[in-house]
Amino acid sequence: MGSKDLVIRMSGIGKRYSAVEALKNVSLECFTSSIHAIVGENGAGKSTLIKIIAGVTQPNTGSLFLDDALVQFRSPLDAIKNSILSVFQELSIIPDLTVAENICMLAKSNGPHKLVSGNSKRRKAEEVLSRIKCYDIDPRELCSDLPLSRLQLVEIAKALACNPRILILDEATSALTAADSEKIFELCGTLREQGVSILYITHHLREVDLLADTCSVFRNGERIETFSVGTRSQNEIISMMIGRPLSKLFPEKKASPADKKDKTLTVKHLSWYNKIRDVSFTLSPGEIVGLGGIDGQGQKDLLFALFGVLRHVRASVQIGTNNLSLKGPSALIDSADRVVMIPEDRKREGLFPSMSILKNVSLASLRQFSAGPFINRQKETEQVLSMLQSLHVKVGNINDSIDSLSGGNQQKVILAKWLLLEAQCLLLNDPTRGIDVPTKQDIYALLRGLADKGKSILIYTTDYDELIGLCDRVIIMYKGQVRKILVGNEISESNILTASLDLQR
Amino acid sequence: MATINTSIRSSWLRYFLRRNYRAIIAFGILIMLFVAFLIIYPVRFSDNFFSAWANQGAGLAFTAVGQTLVVLTSGIDLSIGSIFALSNCLASVFLNGDLFHVFLAFILILCAGICCGLVNGIVISYTQIQPIILTIATGAIYYGIALFIRPVTGGSVNEALSDALTYSVFHIPTSLILILATLVLFWVLMKPTRLYIGIYAIGSSEKSAFMSGVRVRQAKIAAYMFSGLFASLGGLFLSLQTLTGDATIGMSYMLNSVAATVIGGTALSGGIGGIFGSVVGSYLLRTLKSIMFFAGIAPMAQPLFEGIVLMCALSIGSIRLLGMKSKIDIFR
Amino acid sequence: MRIARNPIFVSLIGIVVVALVGGIIFPQVFSINYLMQQLQLASFLGIAATGAMLVILIGCIDLSLPWVLTAAAIISSAFSGRGVLISVGVGLLVGLAAGLANGLGAAILRIPSIIWSLAVNFIFLGICVFITGGFMPQGHPTAIIKTIGIGRTLGIPNIVLFWCVLAFYIIMTLSRTRFGRFIYAVGSNERVSFLSGIRTRGIIVTIFVMSGICNALTGIMLSGYSNQAFQAMGDPYLIPAIAAVVIGGTSISGGSGSYVGTIIGVIFITYLSSLLSVLQVPEAGRQIFFGFVIIAMTISYSRRKEER
Repeated sequence: MGSKDLVIRMSGIGKRYSAVEALKNVSLECFTSSIHAIVGENGAGKSTLIKIIAGVTQPNTGSLFLDDALVQFRSPLDAIKNSILSVFQELSIIPDLTVAENICMLAKSNGPHKLVSGNSKRRKAEEVLSRIKCYDIDPRELCSDLPLSRLQLVEIAKALACNPRILILDEATSALTAADSEKIFELCGTLREQGVSILYITHHLREVDLLADTCSVFRNGERIETFSVGTRSQNEIISMMIGRPLSKLFPEKKASPADKKDKTLTVKHLSWYNKIRDVSFTLSPGEIVGLGGIDGQGQKDLLFALFGVLRHVRASVQIGTNNLSLKGPSALIDSADRVVMIPEDRKREGLFPSMSILKNVSLASLRQFSAGPFINRQKETEQVLSMLQSLHVKVGNINDSIDSLSGGNQQKVILAKWLLLEAQCLLLNDPTRGIDVPTKQDIYALLRGLADKGKSILIYTTDYDELIGLCDRVIIMYKGQVRKILVGNEISESNILTASLDLQR
Repeated sequence: MATINTSIRSSWLRYFLRRNYRAIIAFGILIMLFVAFLIIYPVRFSDNFFSAWANQGAGLAFTAVGQTLVVLTSGIDLSIGSIFALSNCLASVFLNGDLFHVFLAFILILCAGICCGLVNGIVISYTQIQPIILTIATGAIYYGIALFIRPVTGGSVNEALSDALTYSVFHIPTSLILILATLVLFWVLMKPTRLYIGIYAIGSSEKSAFMSGVRVRQAKIAAYMFSGLFASLGGLFLSLQTLTGDATIGMSYMLNSVAATVIGGTALSGGIGGIFGSVVGSYLLRTLKSIMFFAGIAPMAQPLFEGIVLMCALSIGSIRLLGMKSKIDIFR
Repeated sequence: MRIARNPIFVSLIGIVVVALVGGIIFPQVFSINYLMQQLQLASFLGIAATGAMLVILIGCIDLSLPWVLTAAAIISSAFSGRGVLISVGVGLLVGLAAGLANGLGAAILRIPSIIWSLAVNFIFLGICVFITGGFMPQGHPTAIIKTIGIGRTLGIPNIVLFWCVLAFYIIMTLSRTRFGRFIYAVGSNERVSFLSGIRTRGIIVTIFVMSGICNALTGIMLSGYSNQAFQAMGDPYLIPAIAAVVIGGTSISGGSGSYVGTIIGVIFITYLSSLLSVLQVPEAGRQIFFGFVIIAMTISYSRRKEER
């Protein structure tokens, strides 16, 4: 490793989005030949920080220095021209273009490849993909045909194609398999040796220890501390992230309920093409069951199937003692005992963007406040307010647009919407993704409270801690089949891993 | 340096088909229709037959090319018909006299079309007005100007020029040569540029395009300028055919340009498709119309037939819905 | 300026400006008789704009207005000999058929409504041409329709009263019923609506049927007003209807807008149009002027949303 020169310096950076102060008086230094990890809860300001460096947004106060010269990036193009490349969590892949075209979108057309013809783009793409040792992506493939895990690699390749001096990686391995993540770690090491300055945002403190040499902790828009990796323990880092000592995240589980005679949900022989194969299980009142296993083994599809979103599902499903028809979400919500699903993607599946908080919350349960076709506004407002209160959602005015709330509060609003229906069976699709820790605590307590009242909850999550801490039973899926069901004390990280990997590999 | 696993290397053809299958299907249908037309039309294989057929579709083909470029950016140009009519009317006034004057008029009319497109592009790029509303409004404005120039159908166009461009050269219709030349020119000059890829990128995902450094505003303005340019070319060609100017023909060309674009495989949501498909779509529509005319369907029933056929043509794309596995896939 | 962003306010100002300008040139613009006449004209556009607005609210567009209107007028006039119930019933059936056709394309075939409704429009053109053989349509509307179209009750044109009833129904539905909320939801985000248990397909088809019926009603009433149905009677209504909806503040991408805004937009456009014809501005000038007005008014509603 060569000597480290200062390449980026931020001083007094502040950024405000209407009422929210995303960054307060932040200063930061980045050096060449280093991997600088940035950690913090969701909403701590990490994304805003790197968006400023990447030119996507501009700070309200403060200055940014590149090589000691004051710079202002008015658009992503400005940053890209200065060899600052970023890989955001929200991919900037253009779906209807090929892999090669996406990879070559930013690259300058000098050097041996003129990057004008389709062939030269393909060759350049192959060259870059081989640097990440990624040999199974054909550059001529259309990006809309590829799964998310491949797209994330394409996004990294796209940044790499420009030979960055500064590379920003924001949760760059979130959708990758373990093997692919290894390749990226290797890449980071190689780039560091070549003098590149890497800013690495991650939720996994393991990765910080593995990769980074420096680490900065952010909380509530401020940089709390920057230290060399290895000089602080994990607990100290977590304390810095959440600002108080780590208390119990998960509420007490009930002692395993005796086999109840009446099941809430009985699923027999559910099949869907070859993504779900002959899945059978039951849910009892009062239990929280988790769906585990490696990402993409049919768990999400199972939830969608149970909510009636998929076509050509073959199954025999009963809720209570009645048959449940999987015709569609409206049928399931209207059924006796009700089945509801809380979706994964807030923005695309959960909320109406420009509608008020009130209308967002009441939409699925309007029948409860209606006399005939007319809505009783007073009843509606009362019930919505009381539900939001019970979820500890601080709302200025219930008629404000939902855009004014933070991510965590938006998720709570979505929960409120579905809780108003008082369903017997709740399906949750990765409900705490991208949510800050205090909100997570609230949600866990809420779910346990619902279970205690006799509801059944089926939750899909990629977070092992949630499976272990929250669930009474865990169903591990592999290639669309139920591989193993772990009960009570059997739920541990090693058991989950063993079952997920399913020996034959 | 290790490269891609040869085992996963698919043939070039597979990727070509994946990207262009809609236009290819449209082309196949066009061939079939053309053959049917040959069978029905009483006098076959004459030069006049081919050039008449080619001329019929030329005006629409040019217009559809312009519309396609705008639709690719996930916009729409509902003023394209009015720009078409405007250049048609301008031609009926100015495209006269000696070679020099004709040439000058030609350039000026194209510039007028480009300016109309430029106005569209600038307002759409710099304000939040949706393309559909803006182009309805500018469409009214350009229509008004066309009406002002030529309140009643009439005027005249240099006949020598008309003869030169509406017959054939070595048995190939001149209009067809012009259209193919335009496509080739576009392919050679525009396809390698960042602008061209930028247009597709914006239609596919404007946010991602912006993050990828695409100059969104410039590309949109360029797309609308092209639309104006090609609409002008279409209007000019029509004037060579009819030797008159008519301010009211715009509406029909606007509707048909959108239909031709959709039938040729370009998605109204943007990012998918291309100008070749739209040329095919234009000729498809025109050939259908001719077939019905010559097949002896009662003239009073023809518009109804045309409408039904148009609906069927549009519905073909919906077959893909049968294979959909998840109900939320239908929502984009 | 914040307040310049409110479409209703802007449109009201527009009406006042037009009134003042008109009043300076032709003082009788302020007479009750003239105002009633204007309201009468506006009512026809208003009924048409109602259908247009409902469709725009769910994020689609209904370009079949011109010829559904004409077809309903022609067909109901043709049946006027059989009595008013059958005559109007058949006309409304035309609207229903159009709505179902549009709904089929939008909800089931998933073809963009902008091109599908154009095709439907063309089909109804074809139907009209086929029925009438290209000649002027035969038959005259029934007496009752004529009374509604052109008659007055206590000095107020009947068609205005009809529009008032329709307006009341629409405003109640949109703001106070479940159905109204679902309309806004589907226009806001169809995917989320579906996942929230709304029967989105049903809503889309229903809205297009309502639009078709509004268009048909306009045609039937118009034939009562002119005592005749005639070819291309619907053409002058499409663009003003859409313009009225947009000027009234409804977003063209759906999900937001109020009917009151549409009402004011309709009155504004009718008023402006009459003023231009009183001033004997030629068609060319009117088109240009209207274009500029639409642009000017919609620019002022623009909001810049900050990307997070």
